[in-house]
Amino acid sequence: MFEELINSAGLEDIFGKVTEGERLSAEDGWKLYKNENLPAIGYLANLARERLHGDRVYFVRNQHLNYTNVCNKGCLFCSFYSLPKDPEGYVLSPSDISERMETYKDIAISEIHMVGGVNPKLPYDYYLDIVRAVKEARPGVSLKAFTMIELEQIQRISRKPMDEMLLDLKEAGVDALPGGGAEVFSERVHEQLFQAKSDSDKWLETARLAHEVGLPSNATILYGHVEQIEEKVYHLMKLRELQDETNGFLAFIPLSWHPERTALDHMPGPTGQMDLREIAVSRLMLDNVPHIKSFWIMNTPAVTQVGLWYGADDMDGSVLEYEITRNPVTNRKQALTHGDMLDMISETGRQPVERDALYRIIDQPTASRPSYMNPDANVPLEPASYMRGNL
Amino acid sequence: MINDIAAKIFSGERLNEEDGRRLFHHSNITELGMLADYVRQSKHQDRVVTYNIGRNINYTNVCWVRCKFCAFYRPPGDREGYTLSDKEIFTKVEELLNIGGDVPESCEILLQGGLNPKLKIDYYERLFTEISKRYPAAYLHSLSVAEIVYLAHISKISIEEALSRLQFAGLKSLPGAGAEILDPEVRNMIAYRKETVQEWLEVHKKTHRMGMKSTATMMFGSVETIEHRLKHLLKIREVQDESRLNHPGYFTAFIAWSFQPEGTELVHTKKATGYDYLRTVAISRLLLDNIDNIQASYVTQGPKIAQIALGYGINDFGSTMMEENVISAGGKSFVMPTQEIERLIKSAGFAPRRRNTRYEFVPTQ
Repeated sequence: MFEELINSAGLEDIFGKVTEGERLSAEDGWKLYKNENLPAIGYLANLARERLHGDRVYFVRNQHLNYTNVCNKGCLFCSFYSLPKDPEGYVLSPSDISERMETYKDIAISEIHMVGGVNPKLPYDYYLDIVRAVKEARPGVSLKAFTMIELEQIQRISRKPMDEMLLDLKEAGVDALPGGGAEVFSERVHEQLFQAKSDSDKWLETARLAHEVGLPSNATILYGHVEQIEEKVYHLMKLRELQDETNGFLAFIPLSWHPERTALDHMPGPTGQMDLREIAVSRLMLDNVPHIKSFWIMNTPAVTQVGLWYGADDMDGSVLEYEITRNPVTNRKQALTHGDMLDMISETGRQPVERDALYRIIDQPTASRPSYMNPDANVPLEPASYMRGNL
Repeated sequence: MINDIAAKIFSGERLNEEDGRRLFHHSNITELGMLADYVRQSKHQDRVVTYNIGRNINYTNVCWVRCKFCAFYRPPGDREGYTLSDKEIFTKVEELLNIGGDVPESCEILLQGGLNPKLKIDYYERLFTEISKRYPAAYLHSLSVAEIVYLAHISKISIEEALSRLQFAGLKSLPGAGAEILDPEVRNMIAYRKETVQEWLEVHKKTHRMGMKSTATMMFGSVETIEHRLKHLLKIREVQDESRLNHPGYFTAFIAWSFQPEGTELVHTKKATGYDYLRTVAISRLLLDNIDNIQASYVTQGPKIAQIALGYGINDFGSTMMEENVISAGGKSFVMPTQEIERLIKSAGFAPRRRNTRYEFVPTQ
């Protein structure tokens, strides 16, 4: 039945490939980006997702640490950075880091996510010290830290070859690398928006070295600004190519760009359909990357929840203390509770699975559908009398 | 799992209550979207999404009903209570016409207010006559069942008389506001002083009988269950069958929106999710086979989910609003300029077209 709808949407050849488990081509990618029937694309992505993960949705209880906002890269799409001499710049010392860890010590978490700006003033030992500070405070918790862009800076300041430096970090306690800083693998976008930062070749090279020394990583794309469809498909193809060689990517995360408070705030941000499409197309194209994450803090909790049927099998987590983007309406930091996440997942009929940074399973909580979906549920009578009493 | 329902949809067969129930329990939202999009396409061939230029004018916030889900009202005697003067109302109409232009009957005026014991039929007659006389471009899509029932009651006239006098004064159609959930149990909890299920349905039937069109709504996500939503949709469908058969008027559109708990007495209720909204509009599209248009509620859902809903059976983006006081009295609401509405429609692969309240295209200058 649904096959007919897929066919009439002009997606029958891709449907055939998806059901056969055949790899999609760049042309298929373009087609998926251009096709107007978004639910049909979600349907296909969901087939690929269910083959890998069934009904499971991974989530994490995590704390973010943004150790510095000082950055000399001046990327036009960023609202987080301060230039090196800006009075609003900050650096968290290793003891500040310990303190932040202390603040949340009674909250159950299974992942620390630590990233920052490219701050040329920080010595090599600083990076090792903050890693140790995190691990001392939370010895059992997995640490995901430093994007490929930060790693280049750390390598420069360490005066060691990249692989040796990576092994130092690993020994100090880094378990995995986040996927940020990839932006869009396009020389054109690179020139236009982030020219001070290294290009795609360098990003991919660093990722390769990290995977080779046994540090798995995530990968991202930042979409919704000036990039074009062909550039996005190229981006996915390059990641897929490297993954074939290293198998070091754990998850791919399409990042929905936020224009507010950036140099490009005159531009409209990505739409909801675009958010879902990025999730779906990346699930279909990246057949060798285990997880597709919908990052609710960037694309909103509402879109993330819907995204669980558009190819995403991971919704990140509670993100305590996330600083990089804020709620566009309230300009506040945001976080989700454990209960929020279980409710979001179970409403969609799926099974929550709590994980750590390396996707090791921590817990499989039981979850029940919300009460409004229970056909036998009656309208609760108690609040009515309570409220009548109020009048 | 829902292949038999899909088969019914492809053959144009009407879905029954049990089909609706199964759809509400079907988790794969992409399948609901594909089916709703199929129906939408068969009803609206050229990939067009319409929108309307209109504005809310909340002429009074004085209301004695005190609904649990409302953060807008002030009880009679409250210092924060207001009733707009004619001059204030005219200014608001003129602000709308400055944006909406002068094509006759193209700018929707949504006068809606509380149940204010001071305002009787003569107040409305005078106001409507005055607006119609002064502003030919305005189209009075105003009041709601609760206001009609109440103003008839305090003016000691029948509903029919109230409607026909309002129609004569310039009322063109009736918004579907206040339907909430058409179930006595639910209304008893959240709005027990408001019009009954029967009253809501009767006033719309009478409106249709007199040749006026109206819209139907559903406010979901308060205390009701899926069963209540399902029965609500079927009641609307039944009235529409009857009106289409016997009356010159009928429901032009259906609009679902989700309850906004902030600032209300039900503040601890968990807000309905975007997932729930998309599922609910898709099922509305599938069950309401006799209603032409399904309208988005970007005011409650925000631009992202409202745009995604264009793949879930929605063919109309609603009105530019200009101001919104009822939902925003609780918390945030989203009001959007025409440009942004057009961008969202276009980037979903549709052509945006302005319409009037009768769902006819308005020529753009």
